[in-house]
Amino acid sequence: MSDTHALTTRAYHLAHEPHPENGTALGFWLYLMSDCLIFAALFATYGVLGRSYAGGPTGAELFDLPLVALNTAFLLLSSITFGFAMLQKQQNKVGGTLAWLAITGLFGLCFLGLELYEFHHLIHQGAGPQRSAFLSAFFTLVATHGLHVTFGLVWLVVLMVQIARHGLIHENQRRLMCLSMFWHFLDVVWIGVFTFVYLMGVL
Amino acid sequence: MTEHTPAAAPHWLLGRITWDSIPMAHEPIVLYTFLATMLGGLAVVAALARFRLWGPLWKDWICSIDHKRIGIMYMVLGLVMFLRGFADAVMMRLQQSMAFGESMGYLPPHHYDQIFTAHGVIMIFFVAMPFVTGLMNYLVPLQIGARDVSFPFLNNFSFWMTAGGAVLVMLSLFLGEFSTAGWLALSNLGAQNPGVGLDYYIWGLQVAGVGTTLSGINLIVTIVKMRAPGMSLMKMPVFTWTALCTNALIVASFPVLTAALVLMSLDRYVGTNFFTNDLGGNAMLYVNLIWIWGHPEVYILVLPCFGIFSEVVATFSRKRLFGYTSMVYATVCITVLSYLVWLHHFFTMGSGATVNTFFGITTMIISIPTGAKIFNWLFTMYKGRIRFTVPMLWTVGFMCTFAIGGMTGVLLAVPPADFVLHNSLFLIAHFHNVIIGGVVFAVFAGINYWYPKAFGYRLDEFWGKCSFWFWLVGFWVAFTPLYILGLMGVTRRVSHFEDASLQIWFVIAAFGAALIALGIASFFIQLFVSYRRRDALRDVTGDPWDGRTLEWATSSPPPQYNFAFTPVAHEIDAWWDMKKHGYQRPLAGFQPIHMPANTGAGIVIAGLSTVFGFAMIWHMWPLAAASFAATVLASIIHTFNYQRDYHIPAAEVAATEAARTQQLAAAHV
Repeated sequence: MSDTHALTTRAYHLAHEPHPENGTALGFWLYLMSDCLIFAALFATYGVLGRSYAGGPTGAELFDLPLVALNTAFLLLSSITFGFAMLQKQQNKVGGTLAWLAITGLFGLCFLGLELYEFHHLIHQGAGPQRSAFLSAFFTLVATHGLHVTFGLVWLVVLMVQIARHGLIHENQRRLMCLSMFWHFLDVVWIGVFTFVYLMGVL
Repeated sequence: MTEHTPAAAPHWLLGRITWDSIPMAHEPIVLYTFLATMLGGLAVVAALARFRLWGPLWKDWICSIDHKRIGIMYMVLGLVMFLRGFADAVMMRLQQSMAFGESMGYLPPHHYDQIFTAHGVIMIFFVAMPFVTGLMNYLVPLQIGARDVSFPFLNNFSFWMTAGGAVLVMLSLFLGEFSTAGWLALSNLGAQNPGVGLDYYIWGLQVAGVGTTLSGINLIVTIVKMRAPGMSLMKMPVFTWTALCTNALIVASFPVLTAALVLMSLDRYVGTNFFTNDLGGNAMLYVNLIWIWGHPEVYILVLPCFGIFSEVVATFSRKRLFGYTSMVYATVCITVLSYLVWLHHFFTMGSGATVNTFFGITTMIISIPTGAKIFNWLFTMYKGRIRFTVPMLWTVGFMCTFAIGGMTGVLLAVPPADFVLHNSLFLIAHFHNVIIGGVVFAVFAGINYWYPKAFGYRLDEFWGKCSFWFWLVGFWVAFTPLYILGLMGVTRRVSHFEDASLQIWFVIAAFGAALIALGIASFFIQLFVSYRRRDALRDVTGDPWDGRTLEWATSSPPPQYNFAFTPVAHEIDAWWDMKKHGYQRPLAGFQPIHMPANTGAGIVIAGLSTVFGFAMIWHMWPLAAASFAATVLASIIHTFNYQRDYHIPAAEVAATEAARTQQLAAAHV
């Protein structure tokens, strides 16, 4: 409105305070992409070192695919339940949003629990991150993803407290949108891990 | 501190710190530096208390989320660290000019190694980066007609993270030692390099890197989302364009540095095998990763400098910039190409003729858009009404110096030539040629150009010219000998030479460094003299140079809200266009202005992160765990603060603007 007005009469300033579009969504996207590059570097590292077994165990000997499939299911389901939470948010239902967020958190916890079990099992077998460059790269990539999920869980709990306290106010809706993007992003990264590390590892 | 004592188990609380960690006990140079620093620090603390400045310092600066104040703080940080980095340079020049044959010079090799590492790390990460980020922070919102950046709190936090990294690096001077592995830690030797030096390096860069990445995201969003109405992308000032490209490079390259340093840390702390020589590790993987960040970093530094020169050359030639569109496309081309050349830093890796040819050619291609820029600046000057002010002198000095640096770079881009010149002093001369000629000259041009905007008075011309000429001549006297020595085969990072016939060249280079020192001294005298003469040099118009872009449309220094009314842009040179059309400043109709509120959360969270870095360096595990938990907790507490903004009442805006009206009337403008 002010734009077209300006062009016809060559006004050189706005008479009213403008309301610039909020940049959080773009900023958070940029952050996710920078985070994606950290994963890209770790994937590249895995690509270089993934077959450097140094006489130690290989992926085919170590990976327990049914376990990983279950783990993948947990994470994918948590993404769906986060979607349900967002739907509840659209309808402005605080209780429903919180309930679905809680379920999402539980799935996230199950995922982390299984991952820790897997790590413990591998280390117990003598296949820890110090054993070979392959295992160093494997543990670092998978654990970096796991750390992200852990931070996502902390964030989830904090946001649940804030929603319970202030309701679905504008700021909280924005934060929920960011966390939602973060959560789905971790899902996408995990699909990369599942495909390139686990599935191709047992080939 | 050559001897390490890895045998003793670390103390549960103090980690690896022992009495031996304090190097001043056995190194007089460090002792004197420490005493001088302490005396200087005490003097500053006492002066602040004496004049009751602690309160204002905390409230108006440390907690400030005003992009202008943060920009100035970045510049101060850069300047302080510049003195440290230059002191390192002088020590190296002295050592190399005297350590021949029998004479071993005054620096033991281990100390010398720390100095060249610290010099590189400080000059790139804590001098060039803060300077460039500071200028972008100060100018980008003003140039696009915005009130602040998109995420003002994040801006404050980013600054304190950068400062935290600088603190860690400086701390290594007095507690423990610094890395000896070169500025990119290429000879890191994984877990076999047990000292704390490499850990200072890792954590200093990691803490600062978080700040850099976040500030990159912040400025991109600011440029994309907060431009004044009418300012389409192709009407943005060139400096803002270069800032956009630089920040895109930051966001797309710093994560790789983070990842590379994480992997190196894991090798050191956990015993993984990424870059080790056994169990399948691959040291060249580190070299590749670090240069995938490192080459874009070169352009992160130099692109905004091209922006500075573009603004300066247009203003002082009183012409619009020649070839604006080609300038933008050249900048974008360089941005993309900068990712395709990293391997030219290690042609000697042995990746074969095909790979080397590819990277040699991409490297040579980069010189095409860069050359186009040089021609654009020359054509801007052509038939312009040139004023040889200090910023313009730096610009012309840059064009001559940088062109030669670029040509030696193309020479190095030829793989067979590089096999001869790799790691030689020729390379050192080349990259100082482009970084001093490009970045340092640009920063001085920028400081001289925008100082009146930031502080309300111009800088003294005479001392500015002294500074320029000492720098220009000093640079060539210091680095031409290195080109010659490099061609003769002398390698870098050597603290002692046998061949006495080389000494004369190093003596000449040391003399050049002395000239540069005079240039730096002239700059500080310039600041001091200008402050003393500030009434004579006062700029009441807000537009001392007859500028072209929007930052000159507001007062000097600008009010907290930058513009009482958001400007509307119609042309590339928006302010020039306004002046041409007889634009009148509005004198009534002010409205309350929505602004972000100051907060101390930034320095608290950054401070805790710095403590965490320190604890990790010294293996103080309980402190590391506690400070990490505190960092997370402080961040969470910060998110519970929903009151982050306030309104400047219309009456206050009206009063500020009325004062300016009076000032303008008094000056008959």
